[in-house]
Amino acid sequence: MADHTLDAKGLNCPLPILKARKALKEVPDDGTLEILATDPGAVADFEAFCRQTGNELLEHSEDDGVYRFLIKKVA
Amino acid sequence: MSAEEKSMSIIVTKGSLDWAYPPFILATTAAAMGLPVTMFFTFYGLPLLLKKLNLQVTAAGNPAMKMPMMGMHMGLPNLVTAIPGVDAGCSVMMKNLIKKKGVASIEDLREMAVEADVRMIACQMTLDLFEYDKADMIEGIDIGGAATYIEVASQSDINLFI
Repeated sequence: MADHTLDAKGLNCPLPILKARKALKEVPDDGTLEILATDPGAVADFEAFCRQTGNELLEHSEDDGVYRFLIKKVA
Repeated sequence: MSAEEKSMSIIVTKGSLDWAYPPFILATTAAAMGLPVTMFFTFYGLPLLLKKLNLQVTAAGNPAMKMPMMGMHMGLPNLVTAIPGVDAGCSVMMKNLIKKKGVASIEDLREMAVEADVRMIACQMTLDLFEYDKADMIEGIDIGGAATYIEVASQSDINLFI
């Protein structure tokens, strides 16, 4: 189970990233944030976001149009 | 590579609804990715700092502006865009699309930029030229000129002109 879940379904670029940034502040160091999104652009964007910020993208998957990302808070 | 080492500046020169998006999207996203961001608002970009926004879009002179309508994409001939009320209608349509597609409003993006400590500089010369009052602008902005921007730009890794 993730420490925190963010429902970003229905939101378009750049809102999933902006809301994830905010949600990460609530997550303890080494804790995890789960994000649910429907924006197909979020796949590449969360990869870039994690590379740039140093947070770790542990998993991402897609189920019936909903993308799920699990990010470990490092930075 | 540490994100903190990178920074970005954007010169914002256009204030229509469509042109307001790229600078605010990039500024908020860069800030979310840990970059210090400065936005310099000049000429038609300056009114984007007004407290009350009522942004409009026009299809005039923009053959690439086609809206999804009745299963196809429709543009407007320039002559039609000159009819009073057409721009207002286009703007309402665009705002409805924005809402329907889960795209943030410019007001929301601007608020998020302020929350993310994006530095916003209003161009003093434009304030004078178009007779705007700093009191009509949102709180927390700086006032500056070309030299102020150049100093920021010379220290930034990414400098955009939009």
